[in-house]
Amino acid sequence: MKIRLFALAILWCGSTLFAQDYFPENDGVKSKNNNYTAFTNAKIYVTPTQVIEGGTLLIQNGKVKQVGKSVSIPKNSVVVDAKGHSIYPSFIDIYSKFGVEQPKRPSGGGRATQYDASRQGFYWNDHIMPENAAIAKFKYDDKKAKELRDAGFGVVNSHIQDGIVRGTGVLVALNGSGDDSNRILDDKSAQYLSFSRSVIKKQSYPTSLMGAMALLRQMYSDAKWYAAGNSDTKDRSLEALNENKGLVQIFEAKDKGHALRADKIGDANGIQYAILGGGNEYERIAEIKGTNAKFILPINFPEAYDVSDPIAANYVNLKDMRKWNQAPSNPKILADNGIPFSLTLYDLKSPSKFKANLMKAIKYGLPKTKALEALTTVPASILGKSGSVGSLQVGRQANFLITSGDIFDKETTLYENWVQGQKNVINDKNQKDIRGNYDLSAGGMTYKMSITGEAGKPKIEIKQDTNKLKSKLSYKNDWVALSFATDKGAKNYRMTGLVNKASDNIKGKLTLPNGNESTFAAIKTSAFTKDKKDEKKDASAPEVMPVTFPNLAYGFKTKPQAETILFQNATVWTSEDSGILENTDVLIKDGKISKIGQNLSAGRAKVVDATGKHLTAGVIDEHTHIAALAVNEAGHNSTAEVKMEDVVDNEDIDIYRQLGGGVTSAQLLHGSANPIGGRSAILKLKWGESPENMIYSNSPKFIKFALGENVKQSNWQSFSRFPQTRMGVEQVFMNYFQRGKEYDTKKKSGQPYRYDEEMEVIAEILNGERFISCHSYVQSEINMMMKVADHFNFRLNTFTHILEGYKVADKMAAHGAGAGTFSDWWAYKYEVNDAIPYNAAIMQRQGVTVAINSDDGEMARRLNQEAAKTVKYGGMTELEAWKMVTINPAKLLHIDDRVGSIKVGKDADLVLWSDHPLSIYAKAEKTLIEGATYFDLEVDKQNREAIKKERTQLINMMLKEKAGGGKMQGPKMSKKERMTCESL
Amino acid sequence: MKKQKNILITLLLTFGMTSWAQQTPANKQTEAITITGATAHIGDGTVVENCTIVFEDGKITALGSGETTQGTVIDASGKHVYPGFIAPVKELGLIEVNAVRASRDADEIGDMIPHVRSLIAYNSESKVVESMRPNGVLMAQITPKGGRISGTSSIVQFDAWNWEDAAVKVDDGIHLNWPSSFRRGRWWLGEPRGLKPNKDYQKQVTEVETFLQNSAAYGGNTAKELNPAFAAMQGTFNGSQKLYLYADGEKEIIDGITLAKNSGIKSVVLVGGYHAYKVTDFLKENDIPVLVQFTHNTPNFEDDDYDLPYKLPKLLSDAGLLVAIQNGEASNFQTRNLPFYAGQVVGQGLAKEKAVQMITGNTAKILGIDATHGTLAIGKSATLFISEGDALDMRTNQLSHAFIDGRNISLETHQTELWKRYSGKYEGE
Repeated sequence: MKIRLFALAILWCGSTLFAQDYFPENDGVKSKNNNYTAFTNAKIYVTPTQVIEGGTLLIQNGKVKQVGKSVSIPKNSVVVDAKGHSIYPSFIDIYSKFGVEQPKRPSGGGRATQYDASRQGFYWNDHIMPENAAIAKFKYDDKKAKELRDAGFGVVNSHIQDGIVRGTGVLVALNGSGDDSNRILDDKSAQYLSFSRSVIKKQSYPTSLMGAMALLRQMYSDAKWYAAGNSDTKDRSLEALNENKGLVQIFEAKDKGHALRADKIGDANGIQYAILGGGNEYERIAEIKGTNAKFILPINFPEAYDVSDPIAANYVNLKDMRKWNQAPSNPKILADNGIPFSLTLYDLKSPSKFKANLMKAIKYGLPKTKALEALTTVPASILGKSGSVGSLQVGRQANFLITSGDIFDKETTLYENWVQGQKNVINDKNQKDIRGNYDLSAGGMTYKMSITGEAGKPKIEIKQDTNKLKSKLSYKNDWVALSFATDKGAKNYRMTGLVNKASDNIKGKLTLPNGNESTFAAIKTSAFTKDKKDEKKDASAPEVMPVTFPNLAYGFKTKPQAETILFQNATVWTSEDSGILENTDVLIKDGKISKIGQNLSAGRAKVVDATGKHLTAGVIDEHTHIAALAVNEAGHNSTAEVKMEDVVDNEDIDIYRQLGGGVTSAQLLHGSANPIGGRSAILKLKWGESPENMIYSNSPKFIKFALGENVKQSNWQSFSRFPQTRMGVEQVFMNYFQRGKEYDTKKKSGQPYRYDEEMEVIAEILNGERFISCHSYVQSEINMMMKVADHFNFRLNTFTHILEGYKVADKMAAHGAGAGTFSDWWAYKYEVNDAIPYNAAIMQRQGVTVAINSDDGEMARRLNQEAAKTVKYGGMTELEAWKMVTINPAKLLHIDDRVGSIKVGKDADLVLWSDHPLSIYAKAEKTLIEGATYFDLEVDKQNREAIKKERTQLINMMLKEKAGGGKMQGPKMSKKERMTCESL
Repeated sequence: MKKQKNILITLLLTFGMTSWAQQTPANKQTEAITITGATAHIGDGTVVENCTIVFEDGKITALGSGETTQGTVIDASGKHVYPGFIAPVKELGLIEVNAVRASRDADEIGDMIPHVRSLIAYNSESKVVESMRPNGVLMAQITPKGGRISGTSSIVQFDAWNWEDAAVKVDDGIHLNWPSSFRRGRWWLGEPRGLKPNKDYQKQVTEVETFLQNSAAYGGNTAKELNPAFAAMQGTFNGSQKLYLYADGEKEIIDGITLAKNSGIKSVVLVGGYHAYKVTDFLKENDIPVLVQFTHNTPNFEDDDYDLPYKLPKLLSDAGLLVAIQNGEASNFQTRNLPFYAGQVVGQGLAKEKAVQMITGNTAKILGIDATHGTLAIGKSATLFISEGDALDMRTNQLSHAFIDGRNISLETHQTELWKRYSGKYEGE
């Protein structure tokens, strides 16, 4: 029995058409088909730019043998007359998961956090899997292959879409007649990467985007070190990574910002990634062009929001409405900017949606040639496979499409998709085009019948006089089957007939509503013409809203520029020894404070009358978590390797709102999940600028440390991570600093060492090059932290929160530590039981430099009021209170040479207040950074009107889309999580 | 033995007071007290300059410029007198430390539990409650949280030995969290963060409707087994209790108030009301007062005016609604900032005295205690305080005296004691 099954299996395999030359043959005698096929009189797109009218394509054994206007056709050719038809290279998708089994996120979970790797003999992080090979998981999927061929695709590059490094892909021809020996064009076609963790690996690091970025940097460095033979142990991941080095590296970014992040990592390691885009590249197109990367673009555009309910419509942000309106022009904008890109079906629910979306992109201005390139030559060139696929030049694979005309035309029918010389019929090209207008005689009546749509998939409309009847048509294998109903659907007429190629009329059998059989005849009265109205609708270019900086409500149409401005007759709070200057003028020029004095001459400056108003330096927040895409990397208890600068979110509306509260600079801190957190980003809140332009040039280096309940994980169910006590917290620091010292010593000695980004940062702290902002609450831990610093001979720069600082203020002053504290927060957890609002005043009186900070996106926009609370609690003078949100935080951040006070030569970061700046009644009227006005009450008013107008305009466009039968999505609101220290 | 006892008492007095105990409640008012020369912010929108205020037995007996002084005279020239500020919908005394579960008593399990009463769990010796007083916040509505109907609140004053003594109005209202027509994406299940339509909204509304219908029907039943939940709702039908309806969206506000009214509930107060400014006509027609969300908030919608939360109370007040400010969603300790929430609206152009009303007279009216509290008026409780300056501005909110029912209460707290203790440490060095 078993033997018989085995024999059957062999027989089945042996019967394939594509038995290899050197394989034995037992089901017959060896034979080979060396015939040619010639397609004549066709319009042939050899490449998107090389088009031959009335040409011949000659193929043999799955390859293009000749193509051109005059091709001599060998005798042993099957000749196909393709007159009136067009031939295109078939499409290529290089971001596919076709046939490759994909890991699935296991349901459930909730087990204890896993910190260590689960694998042995591989890299220390489970999410790094360069050793994975799609070929090992590949099984040809006939059904999916047909779907793809029906959409015009002939070749796909498929891979395992899981993890940060995902291993190699497999390049497959969608050849249903062959087997893997023919179809697999390359079993190691490219290496794929992303910022996303594996869905099946539980190892907790990295939990964040910045962790993933740090991990990639360390991995590349480790790979070099490994390649140089420095490791005593075997690491199959690093070996695979080094082996895959020569392949094309494709990075899944899916977002403009992530594309730039990935490209930066690539540049630092000598790698130019090809990048999977996200459809929003147009928002930062100049920087995208600057990556020099080739892009792979999903062609999945957002559906319009159903805004017919005006209350529900309020939930849709302008940003998302705009995205619906602008995103279809993304491919055009990339094309306009000369950025090479291919298109992918990635993220599309079904390949069948592909054509409609592509047509939309073309309607929004994507040139057809570019569209064709994006589907043929560009993907081939990204993979380095232009020699075998992507065109119909001689020697390439015979992968091509035969169509009724322009492939990007709505009415065009795709007849055949040939893969490796194998014919696949999508629509019968020999079937007659029956589109047109007819008089239909049936059951003694005559009706008006018109057949429209695609020739291969025609649509029908039948009218009785002017009444439209319910009707249906199917047309397959030259047979039509049509039906209609009169009397409101009560009487059904069913017909079928064979289309006669010699006649324009259609005749056949009819079944009457009463069941009697008869005949029908449709007499053609006129030929098919495109609906003029339709054409007009299609032709009109849709209105696309202008992109703003950033591209959401309150974004700028043009970025603000530094101006020369004279503020006249203000009450000037200098935050310097000069204190408050009444009736004073301040001139700013070239982004700097140029003159302070009385009766300054305006010259060419724009004059702002500040009579009765107060001019101050911009507020500086020592502790913020706004404008961040991530706050904590919680995967390890020390994460000095991660950088907040990697995850600055320049599109956070809180930036704008804080400008409205007079804030101009802020330290974006890592959260407090770990004793040793990540490195800070010190920002100027330049709304509309890129993250890079918001980060201080020559920024002082900072890192977040944390103590107490958060790092002990006291307030949630976590019992496995060290440290669980304050005793353990000290040991983490002692251990890391000792190791950092040893690392630095070894490095400086000139001995070979393994570059360790985390240790590099620890060494910077020890060398006084990087400062710590340490999240702290109770006096014991504050004291401990200073002793650790003393032991390693550095100064602890800033304690942040520091709510029991007042208990050890003398020790802090002696050590030289500064403080950034809340004005009046307490009682939210056990360790703030003794927090008092007099803290700032007591510390200040003991000689500590004190800042009032926010750690809160709401409070930050009222830091002037929070400073005023030190007047109430502890009796600070108003001058001292004001310094706590200007020059003092500037000192703590080592930026007091540039900002924090009104002094000639400093940056013109200024706020014009309507009232005494410490008063609850004061409003920021203008907020300037480096002489450019980033917030202005008057402009804000105009913005509100503009938002209302644009929303209305977009809502009307969406209502029109709905009325036109467009696909809609329910109203929804994308919302960013407001982040704090504890956000994971 | 006697000596030892004395030592013990001295020790208790010196250390006990400063290191762990709460402030001792003040004794009953035994003699008349007169405040003279003050700028009196009445709490009804008016001010009386150079005002003399007399109170006896806990009640104001005279008020005006030129009234005769009696008993102890406090010269408040150049200073300001306000009625004690009132904080609605707070879990003060129910939660001491947010992160310590053992200290949380605000949220009972169960969906419709109007019979759960806050008053008996109110900790009159809470250190957080104590810290309200130096800022002029002297009363609150102690309110259970969570679920659909969270329970029954009571109104207390902040200087008492126990909850019984603290009570000003027992079981004053029922708190209903109206369902939301939009809900947050469950991001932990891979849904996008942000809001999307709540498919269960209508079902949840029906649940409330069914509950209210049953509660109303239960009231008409004479021979019955006790249903504690239905029984607890009866005051809302006979007008002795108010229904506090928490809703922010236009649809929610209209649905909630319509259903409550149709169910026979006599007095409805809207709490939250982020979008109330879009339905002011509806609120006016239905005579609905609003306990509006506090001003120190960021806008809920990206496209909103950056200062919408700052001006929201003004928008509602300008539309002619009765408005008071609450910070139910903030941490308890924040409630001492109530005067500054009101001050923030003044920055948006609201008259100062109108802002004062929103944390005094209007609040008392909405909570139904205006016969005895909320404004400075003859016959009303002498629950008031003296501030060195404008109490709505943090720089000048400096209390010298505060009285609850005429009792001269301590303005010390756990925090002022630590302040003094550590200031003393450094001064002594």
